[in-house]
Amino acid sequence: MNKINSINDFVIKFANVNGSGSASANQMFAKGVFRSGIPVSPKNIFPSNIQGLPTWFEVRVNEKGYLGRRDGIDIFVAMNPQSYQNDVSELKENGYLIYDSSWKRDFGRDDINIIEIPLTELCVKEFTNPKQRLLFKNLGYVGLLASILKMDKDIYVSLIEEQFRGKEKLIEPNVKALNIGYNYAEENFKDFCEIQVEKSNKTDGLILTSGNDAAGLGCVYGGATVCAWYPITPSTSLAESYSKYSEQLRVEIGTDKNKFAFIQAEDELAAMGMTIGANWNGARAFTATSGPGVSLMSEFIGLAYFAEVPTVLFNVQRGGPSTGMPTRTQQSDILCSAYASHGDTKHVLLIPSDPKECFDFAVEAFDLADRLQTPVIVLLDLDLGMNDWSTKEFEWDDSREYDRGKILSRDDLDEIERFGRYLDVDGDGIPYRTYPGTHPEKGAYFTRGTSHDEYAGYTEDGTKNAEMLSRLLKKFQTASSLVPAPVFNQEKNTSSMGIIYFGSTDCAMQEALDNLQEQNIKIDAMRLRAFPFNLEVWEFIEDHDLLFIVEQNRDGQMRTLLMAEGGIIPDKLVSILCFDGQPITAEHITDKINAHLSGKPVMAAS
Amino acid sequence: MTYIVKPKNHHPLLERNNLGLTRRDYEGAVSTLCAGCGHDSISSAIVEACFQLSIESYKVAKLSGIGCSSKAPAYFLNQSHGFNSVHGRMPSIATGAAMANHELLYLGISGDGDSASIGIGQFVHCARRQLNMTYIVENNGTYGLTKGQFSATNDLESKSKYGDDNLFPSIDLPSMAIQLGASFVARSFSGDKDQLVPLLKAALSHKGFSFLDIISPCVTFNNHNTSTKSYDYIREHNDSLSRPDFVPSGKEIVTEYKTGTSIDVPLHDGSLLSLEKLSENYDPTDKIKAIQNIQESQRDGKVLTGLLYADPDAKDLRDILNVSDKPLNEMDRKELCPGSEKLEGINAGLK
Repeated sequence: MNKINSINDFVIKFANVNGSGSASANQMFAKGVFRSGIPVSPKNIFPSNIQGLPTWFEVRVNEKGYLGRRDGIDIFVAMNPQSYQNDVSELKENGYLIYDSSWKRDFGRDDINIIEIPLTELCVKEFTNPKQRLLFKNLGYVGLLASILKMDKDIYVSLIEEQFRGKEKLIEPNVKALNIGYNYAEENFKDFCEIQVEKSNKTDGLILTSGNDAAGLGCVYGGATVCAWYPITPSTSLAESYSKYSEQLRVEIGTDKNKFAFIQAEDELAAMGMTIGANWNGARAFTATSGPGVSLMSEFIGLAYFAEVPTVLFNVQRGGPSTGMPTRTQQSDILCSAYASHGDTKHVLLIPSDPKECFDFAVEAFDLADRLQTPVIVLLDLDLGMNDWSTKEFEWDDSREYDRGKILSRDDLDEIERFGRYLDVDGDGIPYRTYPGTHPEKGAYFTRGTSHDEYAGYTEDGTKNAEMLSRLLKKFQTASSLVPAPVFNQEKNTSSMGIIYFGSTDCAMQEALDNLQEQNIKIDAMRLRAFPFNLEVWEFIEDHDLLFIVEQNRDGQMRTLLMAEGGIIPDKLVSILCFDGQPITAEHITDKINAHLSGKPVMAAS
Repeated sequence: MTYIVKPKNHHPLLERNNLGLTRRDYEGAVSTLCAGCGHDSISSAIVEACFQLSIESYKVAKLSGIGCSSKAPAYFLNQSHGFNSVHGRMPSIATGAAMANHELLYLGISGDGDSASIGIGQFVHCARRQLNMTYIVENNGTYGLTKGQFSATNDLESKSKYGDDNLFPSIDLPSMAIQLGASFVARSFSGDKDQLVPLLKAALSHKGFSFLDIISPCVTFNNHNTSTKSYDYIREHNDSLSRPDFVPSGKEIVTEYKTGTSIDVPLHDGSLLSLEKLSENYDPTDKIKAIQNIQESQRDGKVLTGLLYADPDAKDLRDILNVSDKPLNEMDRKELCPGSEKLEGINAGLK
């Protein structure tokens, strides 16, 4: 039998039953590889359910640092008989199948290598507690993997010790479970597997964390003091991360009181209302949600836009439309975020592509919201938000100050003859604001969503209202010079073809670009990081005859946004789309480009 | 909501409060509501209450939703910041604002459409969270701005101006507020200033969620003789539980009531709400009795007014969330940002 042979480059997939404790064991496997010095990209592919349905966990191990999904599974740890049939068909020829042979099974494939381990029998023999008998099967296969991949078992022992610090009693049975699998493999499958994990140093300077965790931490560093939110997958863990880090880092010494308020609202409307109320009153506040929440918040987003109240919203996108696929990934809320709410509205979008950037853009979002006095929406997606990524370490410059924007103090107000909340004093479209309670006689104004003049007074004078709308547009133009610039893959453009991408697609794109280069296809690449688009975006488009736009939605929403905002002719922009809820692969991108270049039309497909 | 600035000519002999201010200093823009609207009487009662309490206007945030009632904040306290938000969503704006700075006084003005229909969820949860604010519903049983549709507080037996029957029973907001955990609940009538002003003063002095349901007849759409929220109907059916008197902190309590007929409700700032009992069965600190009183009077076709329920020792949202004494909006980068050293520790934990 032939065997796949590789060092530090493979995809392993786990099939489990959800609610069986497998995710933390699978996570531990991934972390063990990361600690061996090889970048990993674990992806939890889970159902919208708590217990009993099939769930999968994919880990790509790649020394070059390619973190995008890759089709074709090299090792399958099949622990769920419900999904055996499909699972086994995903395994590549000459790949390895690991299954619980307490119940023997013929999988009908003679082109794969089967590793049998009677996990249930072994656990029943070693443990008496029925819960442990079930749970420890997971660590059993982690132990087996450590052996067959020739990994350092002590890494997993340390991970167990760290996980149960403070609950030392649990360390011994967990290590025992790990050893059950490890020892069984040492005895029965020594040197069987030709895929190996070899220690490396490619994770120096990297950490393993999720975008939601990073963004929540970024909110703490960015000075957010109020978080109002409503639970919704996949954004919940972002709010929870803020709460976790705030409890660690933001409790007053002496009084034990919180330098933050964390409020679970009754719905997304209230979450957004609280966020606006707190920002209006001078605290930095944010909310986190996903597509359905954005729909509910839209009325309030329009109020914040028109009344010019700073607001930060994280939209961790999931599969839509409607309730859609709550536990799968998409980039399909671009238009509904950019133009959220009725009437003429446009919003600043920040689009991070990895957890490190989630941290940075969370901080940036508060500065921009305060500076521009408008909603800032940070667009993540489920893949980036909920999965752990091998990402650069977080950094903080202690000399960095918060930019609170144009706020008038009591002394400032004393100097001013008449305060006008919506006067464009500086000509950049951004007016000055006051916090309630600043001055006994000056600076009070009425915040409203109705048409208003420069002094915040209600008006039905259409000309005045048109002036106000035009000034908001001017402010949006100012925004385009303040938001993060795009990132270019090349120092100088060398091709007549370009590729535009953004967000979590970045990891697949790096691999795709390398592959295209190997195929001698010259193509320049630009990663968008914000809306409104700045000048460099338009220059890049101007410089190329043909542009591919890679996005994870059906309608090519970013393409539409570029056409609408820049008047780009449709023929120039070719969509490469993926909307099956799975993160896009490099192969998908290169295939579509090759197909287009060979004259075959690019079909919207998955 | 036309913004008309009133001329500010003070008569030299106008009465002044402890801050040296006159009632005129607490006024707002000229009202654009219909002549005779109950809401204007409420605005003037608010002016009176704030004047008497010597409140610093600029330390008040006045918030509202959408509707006739929600226009009212423009007509009092010119030196306060105002926030006219979206329909039914004033409570969430107030919650966020109060978390940012607990040192201001939060006064929310809502209506029956705003609170009993579109915004009932936010009303419910704001009461339940015990936000420290005064929440007023200017209750006229009708949608005025959209020309006279029934609202959810309109009584079943009431007919519209055009003779239509009301098909659904009314929602009683004070009963709900008591059940939800509001720690100060009162009902009054826009036409009864003697009752309304002391209740407003007490509500503004109470720490916790103070709810006032104020029947406020709509002269244009709900003041006809088949309405149960008309001036005439309320005057005839008003069943006042008590005659309130507000005693500010530090003042000696002198009441003219006979022993055994008055009840004093102490408030957070040391002041007292002294109540002359008009009903034997009356104890404003008994939650169950309060709800019983309301339901009995409803059954008897009366409108019960006065202080219905109060818990003087209630906690508020900030206590519950253990938020620091220094307002969050006054904290700077040094107080909020954990810094690079802590971040290195976090990085190390994610390896």
